[in-house]
This record gives sequence, structure tokens and C-alpha cells, in this order.
Amino acid sequence: MTDATERTVTSRWLNRDRVSVLLIGLGCVALLLGGSLLYPGFLKPGYILQQLQIAAFLGIIATGAMLVILLGEIDLSVPWTITGTAIVVISASGSSNPLVASLAIPLGLCLGIAVGLLNAIGVAVFRVPAMVWTLAVNAMLLGAAVFYTGNSRPNGEVPWLATQAATGRTFGIPNAFLVWLVVAAITVWVLKRTVYGNYLYALGNSRRAVFLAGARVRLVMVATFVLAGVFSSFGAILLLGYTNQAYQGMGDPYLMPVISAVVIGGTSIQGGRGNYIGTFAGAIFITLLSSILSVMQMPPAAREMIFGAIILVMLLVHGLTNKKEGV
Amino acid sequence: MMTWLRQNARETIAALALAILFAGYIAIHPRGFSTYVVTIWSNQGTLLGLAAIAQFFVVLVKGIDLSVGSIIALTNVMGSFLLNGSPTSIALGMAVVLTVGVACGLVNGIAVVYGGVQPIVTTLATGGIFGGIALLLRPTPGGSIDETMSDALTYAVAGIPVSAVILVIVLVILLVLLRRTAVGLGLYAIGSSEQSAYMTGLRVNRLKLVAYGSSGFVAALAGTYVSMVTLTGDPNIAPSYTLNSIAAVVLGGVALSGGVGSPLGAVIGALILKTISSLMFFSGVPPLAQPFFEGLILATAIALGALGVFQVRSRLELYR
Repeated sequence: MTDATERTVTSRWLNRDRVSVLLIGLGCVALLLGGSLLYPGFLKPGYILQQLQIAAFLGIIATGAMLVILLGEIDLSVPWTITGTAIVVISASGSSNPLVASLAIPLGLCLGIAVGLLNAIGVAVFRVPAMVWTLAVNAMLLGAAVFYTGNSRPNGEVPWLATQAATGRTFGIPNAFLVWLVVAAITVWVLKRTVYGNYLYALGNSRRAVFLAGARVRLVMVATFVLAGVFSSFGAILLLGYTNQAYQGMGDPYLMPVISAVVIGGTSIQGGRGNYIGTFAGAIFITLLSSILSVMQMPPAAREMIFGAIILVMLLVHGLTNKKEGV
Repeated sequence: MMTWLRQNARETIAALALAILFAGYIAIHPRGFSTYVVTIWSNQGTLLGLAAIAQFFVVLVKGIDLSVGSIIALTNVMGSFLLNGSPTSIALGMAVVLTVGVACGLVNGIAVVYGGVQPIVTTLATGGIFGGIALLLRPTPGGSIDETMSDALTYAVAGIPVSAVILVIVLVILLVLLRRTAVGLGLYAIGSSEQSAYMTGLRVNRLKLVAYGSSGFVAALAGTYVSMVTLTGDPNIAPSYTLNSIAAVVLGGVALSGGVGSPLGAVIGALILKTISSLMFFSGVPPLAQPFFEGLILATAIALGALGVFQVRSRLELYR
């Protein structure tokens, strides 16, 4: 009997969420230590703060992706939502009309809302598989962006607020990271303490049960896709402040890292399981990994391979622990 | 006849759409219906068609393969090293390329079946690895392919494009294997209900490996055929093939939830996609606006295919 009790206690303490956060934490430490062997500068606070600043962009975008994945769907329209937002913001901010210029950032967020609604219409109303529908939406956004900018780099101004939020520092801590912390705190609260958060997890587990329980399934789905669009746009505005320019394809390198950050953070790609701390740690891990690989001057090809291999290993560890738990 | 049509409604509708689009394409094309035009169309269609069949195998067993494009790119790059020289060395090279394709597919399969990782994230990661190897082998497009072989496989004989013949042969073989053998029917069974298949005594794990391996094999065929058409090895073709292969299977009536559809449907879907983009090219729409309309047509086509949701008797049927 003691044995059985003990086992449940250990399995409760070492549950899936904790294992993934622990794993990623160890991974981050290993990366930093390994990096510091190559370059002593890696353990300096300056470097770490800079990495946290860059991780914030990824992390905020990953927040939206995580909500959609918790729902059991996926959003592949992230890349051109990012690019589209950056183009809208930079062009509006450079407009000669002062009203439009002052509304640049809200306009960018509106684009995110619009994309989210479009995604939601296909997935929640027409019941098209999210993987295909969001892909088509991504293609349309790409087309619209190409048509609008005419293959040249969009001109305009980056709003002062975006630059401040992305590159400024408060008491030595990057503003972007502080913004991310606020987003994280709100997300954790929403997921754990609100009706919406509970429905989200429930929908990821059994849509049918939630529907039979009388919840407004469509409303929750639409809200989730809209939130995802807003987070993508929000991240894009920060990214715009950081890069100080908008260009076609600026969102393309974000799709895979965003999904990777969410899934290595322990969120099940089938939905219904996962916590935000994992995604938070996942975004930092992915950022550190790509930073170290680029400092080591790996050719992009090798970088891609190592990236893929590490993600696969982490997923295998997850998969095998799940099998043991009998999930 | 009517029963057959009803049973294959998805394929039939897709084929009708394809016929209309193709007629439009021929009508709009400045050179009209000629062997040249049809051969180009058929070659392009065969490339995506094979990619769609590769995707189909994984989708059939309830998976999704985001590494199809990377396997095509990898085998294409390997082909640009190996498919040259004496007939023996070409044959040997071909065998190596196809083996690599099967191996890539099996890596995916093993991670999914024995590693317990979801197909979508497995193939996301392995896609990076395969694509990385392709980029390491050949950082920029290049290499050479035996031109006699390429000519023989990409031109037309007696007005019929060789690529179309290849595609039809592949399709017939696959249709027979899928509908008339225990393994083929087993794959459909797993896609419909893995638990029932397991209870019936099917070797679910092995059959899944067969599906992933076949997917890799067909992807390698696609990669080889890319080499034949383009005469180079290009490591950067992966993303467009992956995304279009998924869109193609959906357009062709293959259910992403598994167990429904046929390779014929996948190929029809691929041809529809190819025809739409060719149609755009000659349609007089300003070039910069073309990507937008391509996306719009794709979205509309998919949404039309999903109109069935408005016919369900109880909304409960929508949620599974």
C-alpha cells in the first residue's frame, strides 16, 4: 500500500507539465554552459538580457499559437499575419494624414483581429480542417501584401511606441521582456481562472462533451482564433520596432520556431493539455539555441538539422514518458 | 453506375471541377490544345501529383506529413549527383535515391509509431533534418542529370505525354494494391478506426510503417521526377511541395481525419491546383495580384467542399 501511495505521489509530482519545464530548464542551462565554454561572454547578464529581449517576440507570438493548439487546431497563417501587420503599421505610421499616423498600432492590431476572424469563419463555421484553411488564408495574405507593396520594400515610419517597447530598457531590463511578462501573467490567469480558459482545455479534450454540456463552442473557437491573430500582430509590432523596417518574408522564419516552442513546452499538439510556463521556457530555449548556433557560425543547413534533431529528441522524451504514464 | 458515382462522389466532383478548369485553361492559352501545352501541363501536374500521393499515404492512416517537400528536395538533390553516367550507374543511383526516400519515410514512421510523437510535430522536426541534409549536400541549385533519360521521360510519344503515362501506371498499381490486398485494406481500416483495426487482429504498428515507408517511396519518385524536369538539384523546393500536397489531398476528397479517399483523388486535387496557377498565368490578371487570387480560389474551393456541414441533421454530428 505504501508502495502504491508513493508511486502516485511521485507520478503526481513528476507529471507531464513539470517534466517538460524541468527538461527545458536543464536544456537552457546546458546551452548557456556549453556556449560559455566557447565564448566566455555567454554568462554575462548583458547577453542573457538581450536573449530574453529577442525571446519576447517569439514568446508573444507563441502565446497565440498555444491558445489555438490547446483548442486542438493549428494556425499556419502566422507568418503573413506578422508581415502584413508590419507593412500596415509602417505604412500607416508614415502616412501624411496625422490621424492615420497616430492610429498605426491599432490598425495593425485590427489586421490581426480580421485575420483571426477569417480563420475562425473557415474553421468554426465551415468546419474546414484548420491546417488547410489557415494555409489558404496565409496564401491570401501573402498575395495581398505582394499586391500592395508591389515587390518593393514598404516605406514609412516605425511608430515611436513600437521602438520604445521593443528596444527600450527600464531599470536595465528590456521593455520587450517586461511586456512579455505581463502577457504571460495575464495568460496564466486566463487559462487557470476564467471560464474561457476552462472551456479551452475542455474543448481540446472533447468537443462533443463541451457541446452537449451546452457551452457556446463556436464562440470560444472564434475568440481563440481572434486572440491568436491579435497576439501575432502584437508580436509583429514589437518585431517591427526591433528591426526598424518591414520586409516581405519577415514572418516566414517564425512559423516553425513558434510551433516548436509550444510543443517542446509540453503542450499536446492534439489539444487540451499544456501549461503556459512550458511555452514560456520553450520560447527562451529556442531563442538560446538559435543564438548559439548562429554564434558558432554554423551554416544554415547544419543549423536547421540540429534544430530539427533537438526538437525531435525532446518530443521523443515526451512521447516515451507519456507512454509510461499510459496516456 | 449510379452507385459507383455515389460511392466516389468526392472524386467525381473534383474531376468535374478539373475538367472545367482544364477546358478554361486550354481556351485561354495562346497556343490552344497542342501536344506541347498538354505535355508541360502534364509534367507539372505529375510532380505535384506524386507529392500528393506521398501525402495521401500518411493522411490515410490519420497522420499528416510536413516533411514530404523536404524528402522530395533531398531525393532531388541526391538525384542531381547520382543520375548521370553509364546506364548501370544511373540504375544504381536510382535505387539509392528510392532507398533514401523509403528510409526517410520509415524514420517518420518509427518516431510516430514507437516514439509516441504526433505525426505533425514529428514531420515538422524531421522535415528540418531532411531539408538540412539537402542544403548541406548542395547549398545552391546545380548538378546535372542524364539528358537522354530526362528527354525520354518528359517529352511526348504519339501525342501522349510520357509523364501522364507514368502517373497513370503509378495510380493503377496503387489502386490495385490499396483495394485488392490485405495490406491496402488494412491501411483504410487503421485510418477509419485504429482501435477496431487492432481488435480485428491487424498489425497496426507494422501497417503504419508500411504507410510511412510508401509515402517516402512515392516522395522519392517525385524527387527523381523533379530532377528529370528541371535537370538540376534544388534544395529550396521543399515548402511549396509540402503545402501544396496538403491542399491537393483535401481538394481531392481525402479526409484529413483518415481512412477516406484514394490516390486518384489526391492526383486530381494536385492537377486542379496546378491548373489554377497556370490559368492565372495566362488570365491577364496583373502578375502582382496573382498570388492573392490563387489563395482566394484555393480558399473558396476548400470552403465549397465543406458546404456539407449545412446539411447535417443534428449539430452534434459536427463535433467528434
